[in-house]
Amino acid sequence: MMQSIRQQPFRAAVLVLVWGWLLFLVLTPNMLVVGASVMTRDPANFISLPLNLDAYRQLFNPLYLEVFLHSLYMAAMTTLVCLLIGYPFAWALSRVEKRRQILLIFLLIIPFWTNSLVRTYALKLILATNGLLNSALMSLGIIDEPAQLLYTEGAVIVGLVYLLLPFMILPLYSVFEDLRQDVLLASHDLGAGRFATFKNVIVPLTLPGVLAGVMLVLLPAMGLFFVPDILGGSRNLLVGNVIKNQFLDARNWPFGAAASIVLTLTMALLMFAHRLSKRRLGEEGA
Amino acid sequence: MTRTLLSLSGISKQFSGKTVLDELSLTIDDGEFITLLGPSGCGKTTLLRMMAGFELPDQGTITLSGVDITQTPPESRPLNTVFQNYALFPHMSVFDNVAYGLKMEKRPKAEIVERVEDALAMVQLEDFARRKPHQLSGGQQQRVAIARAVVKRPKMLLLDEPLSALDYKLRRTMQVELKRLQRELSITFVFVTHDQEEALSMSDRIVVLKDGYIQQLGTPREVYERPENVFTARFVGQTNFFPGRVTNIESDRISVDVFGLNRELGKPSFRVAMNQSLHVLLRPEDIRVLAPDDAEGVAGKIVERNYKGSTLDSVIELEDGSHVMASEFFDEDDPTFDYNIGERVRVSWVDGWEWLLAEEGDEPLTDEEELAADDAEH
Repeated sequence: MMQSIRQQPFRAAVLVLVWGWLLFLVLTPNMLVVGASVMTRDPANFISLPLNLDAYRQLFNPLYLEVFLHSLYMAAMTTLVCLLIGYPFAWALSRVEKRRQILLIFLLIIPFWTNSLVRTYALKLILATNGLLNSALMSLGIIDEPAQLLYTEGAVIVGLVYLLLPFMILPLYSVFEDLRQDVLLASHDLGAGRFATFKNVIVPLTLPGVLAGVMLVLLPAMGLFFVPDILGGSRNLLVGNVIKNQFLDARNWPFGAAASIVLTLTMALLMFAHRLSKRRLGEEGA
Repeated sequence: MTRTLLSLSGISKQFSGKTVLDELSLTIDDGEFITLLGPSGCGKTTLLRMMAGFELPDQGTITLSGVDITQTPPESRPLNTVFQNYALFPHMSVFDNVAYGLKMEKRPKAEIVERVEDALAMVQLEDFARRKPHQLSGGQQQRVAIARAVVKRPKMLLLDEPLSALDYKLRRTMQVELKRLQRELSITFVFVTHDQEEALSMSDRIVVLKDGYIQQLGTPREVYERPENVFTARFVGQTNFFPGRVTNIESDRISVDVFGLNRELGKPSFRVAMNQSLHVLLRPEDIRVLAPDDAEGVAGKIVERNYKGSTLDSVIELEDGSHVMASEFFDEDDPTFDYNIGERVRVSWVDGWEWLLAEEGDEPLTDEEELAADDAEH
């Protein structure tokens, strides 16, 4: 072992750097969160002993359970909408001529250059009572008086879809890119129509991309607290809002930490499912 | 008693303004092994994809057993394809890959199991049914692709350069295997290849294609021994083209002057006139290399010799600068058989083995010229 390190100093340096990074910047903060979640709330020092599971018990409070479920529902709707838009979008994108593909992907990525908070405010201007959308609909005579678009569940979902759609499209685009045309032809050749080919070949072969997209959308969707803050009003909270409120407003660190851990565990579970589906496809599908 | 299975008539196809197939007609007999042979871009793959239904012709009709299938989608055509890169379903086991077509037909489960097992036994892959495609070698994947295509008992099997991804030895094995399968199943095989050796050894008939036109259609022997045009002669096997001149015409014989030698030959099928120039074709194996003091033949010197195991291939430069390829079998009894480069010899051939072709307006380039043109392009 010592000898191999001496022989390959670069390799050793890289390993130390990576492990050091993971240890101090990933593992340690997470352990601190775990630690905080099992401690007691203390108005003066944020947290104090003794250790207990009160914070977790508090999660089962019907009030928070409802927030969690509503948050999950909004995140799930966001994911579904992203999937419904992103799947055909990615499919079409992969069929476009190569040079245009690069341009389209570029257009997809450009919004990332603007801070998402700013973009959410822009969305607020569009959805506001005297906003762009209402004015447009009224001048077209479709509606007579401004509709309540802002501060609704729909506004939160629109905001989340707007911010997260690229995260659904990109992994889907990558699996559609790998989808070989002759495999689809083979399916037709063997007697499968369009629907049978979609169901038996296209869906299973793009499933890893669907799961990756779902992971990249569902979990952030539950955490993007500023979207409900700006677009949602007081009733459409995300788990992220609860966590933020506990840390910054209510000063209940153990409870905020416990909520955050539940979110992390949900993510771990999804990643595990993603791995399983990849293994089922074998190395080629991966 | 041959019966027409598939007939293509007046097929034309353009891709973005470029004509790939032009008014092509072809009939394929039931039970034959027919090969579409040609260089890349000759339209052979497009033709196969049209038979499969992956491409629709711009003009023309395709009939299968008398039924017009020109517009029939691939899933409704009773023929199956073996793809160049196998196109196996990566997420399915070998068994499920082979069973796919039968499942689409909604066959009873017991029948599917039995037929899939039979098909896998036929390609000697019974023990691999549970494996995934990526766990198989190239040759094994190829055999799964064949089993998957034949399990539906198609009227016709379309094979798109199925052996091109395999190494030489495996290729030879699969060639024999495919012939055996074709005999056992008595299914019509349409085989696409650019490998003339493969075409000659496997086919009942060969369709030589170039630029969307059929150059020649015939048995391997006809195509090799009696090429109808310069392209076929050059593309199928190696050929020496000697310049000839007609010196005498009789009712069924003509005399041709080749390198000052006077040869009496059968009258060719094309019209000949006195003093007309024509090509005198001789395969390298028809050429005899003689000692320099021999009375027969044309004088030259050896410029290249290649030991090939079963044959000795040499190139002789004649006095006028032209090159002659010769391929001779070893003669154990002849101690002077081998040559040195630069050695003076005389070149002759068996009288009557010449094949005559008329000169064509725009003759294809020779291999060397083509290579030079390629180099210039890149």
